[in-house]
Amino acid sequence: MIRTIEEIRQDFPFFSGTDLAYLDNSATSQRPRAVIEAVEAYYYHKNANPFRGLYDLSVEATEAYEAARERVAGFINAKDSSEVIFTRNASESLNLVAYSLGSLVLTPGDEMICSVVEHHSNLLPWQHAAKRAGATVKYMTPEADGSFAVEKLQELLTEKTKIVALTAMSNVFGQTSDIRALAAEAHKVGAYFVADGAQSVPHGKTDVQALDVDFLAFSGHKMLAPMGIGVLYGKEKLLDRMPPFLTGGEMIETVSLDAVTYAELPHKFEAGTVNAGGAVGLAAAIDYIEAIGIDEIVAREAELSRMAYHLIKEIPHIELLGAENPEGHHGIFTFRVEGVHPHDVAAIMAEQGVAVRAGHHCAEPLHQYLQIPSTTRASLMFYNTEEEIEKLAAAMRNIRPFMGYKD
Amino acid sequence: MQNRTFYNEILTEHNMHPIHKSPLIEPTASLRGVNPSCGDDVTLQLKIRDGVIEDGAFIGDGCAISQASADMMLELVIGRSVEEALSLKDTFMKMIKGKVTEEELDLLEEASSLQDISHMPARVKCAVLGWRTLAEILEKGEEGEEVTTEDGLR
Repeated sequence: MIRTIEEIRQDFPFFSGTDLAYLDNSATSQRPRAVIEAVEAYYYHKNANPFRGLYDLSVEATEAYEAARERVAGFINAKDSSEVIFTRNASESLNLVAYSLGSLVLTPGDEMICSVVEHHSNLLPWQHAAKRAGATVKYMTPEADGSFAVEKLQELLTEKTKIVALTAMSNVFGQTSDIRALAAEAHKVGAYFVADGAQSVPHGKTDVQALDVDFLAFSGHKMLAPMGIGVLYGKEKLLDRMPPFLTGGEMIETVSLDAVTYAELPHKFEAGTVNAGGAVGLAAAIDYIEAIGIDEIVAREAELSRMAYHLIKEIPHIELLGAENPEGHHGIFTFRVEGVHPHDVAAIMAEQGVAVRAGHHCAEPLHQYLQIPSTTRASLMFYNTEEEIEKLAAAMRNIRPFMGYKD
Repeated sequence: MQNRTFYNEILTEHNMHPIHKSPLIEPTASLRGVNPSCGDDVTLQLKIRDGVIEDGAFIGDGCAISQASADMMLELVIGRSVEEALSLKDTFMKMIKGKVTEEELDLLEEASSLQDISHMPARVKCAVLGWRTLAEILEKGEEGEEVTTEDGLR
């Protein structure tokens, strides 16, 4: 059943208390009542430390946590829920795989391939892994529309390439790439493919088996779930062989003072008390997304993107980064205003009740590559309205007059 | 509309048509100040003789607040003694922290138009960049080190 935008907005307590046009969704989304209530219900009625207790309540907590894992596995079509590791966020997921897969497969002289487009979270962990192993990172550049070309990856791949780590959707361009083809190319030389799905998973259907990626990282908080819960998907046969990232409680079979046997997947990678409330919230977020329908979400966001793209393109003195068509933006519009610093742009838009992000969006190498110091980014989500997009465009039109320019 | 007063006419005028944004001929002191995270960059040049700031100028780029604040500051301190300028700096910092009196505010002339920055923590470092650079020159002279406000006021 397709619901109206008014009905959807009513699901989000945030919107009832504000006139703000919230267009910083790539930074973090808002949460529907169902998610907040699911977290509340967990802490009201089911809270105990999962896995430890030998009483019913702890068993229930464990069940709630593991049911959330099943839910995530289904959402991304993982073969088995043991392939879903809960983390704090995509950054932690990427650090985990870089450290752990890096320790397993990298030897001195090996190569990894990353891109200049990456968020720092999919860049710094690989640079550190390279340093630890005596390996190097090679950087791929994007096409003019912000996508990655398979031919360019082919040119960089060698027999020494062990890992390819690329974003499935740029947080600056909003552009996607043919991840399946890129992963297949990496596999041809025996390299593993890691996809940063922080932006892509909330905004489109994700099927890790169809994509055949070895790892996928994403955050709950960008897809309606609470902050502090994230996911690393990994192929079981790889996760099995990888050493743990963090060590400590509840990730072991046996420990003595000089030996340890680690627990089975996925617990090997979840040291310490887990974020059960967050996991339950993520499961509720997935329930919410699937109730609306991921196809419906994609369609709504495409419609809003088309509208935003055409309105922005009409405004003079605005330079939009990335694709020259609305389809290549997926709700992300990063721009520059001639003669006005991005921090002033964002502040002036804030005065008009529009929340956008300014800076380098944790993608400083990309800004260096584009030879621009910083930018402003508006990013939308299915719950945004046409009125909010009009408000965005109006606020953008006002920036230069506001700063004293005559046109 | 909480920061409506930020981009008032005084600020935009000093940003679009700065009075002192041009290199100084034969400055007696020159120092750079930067805000690495947002890219504000101000190089302050002063001509100080017998304890008086005879002339001053700045070059640089960055957001309107950083550039206009440096311009307003120079408009205020040129012709004053080093002691007076440092006292004005203290008053400006008090204003930014929201702890200034009406009488003190008057002393800052046009620079007082930045009073509402005190409600916007993320922009404070833009407003104080020029002033921190000025203080570094006046307090340490040639020994002054490049100023960064990254760990500045909160």
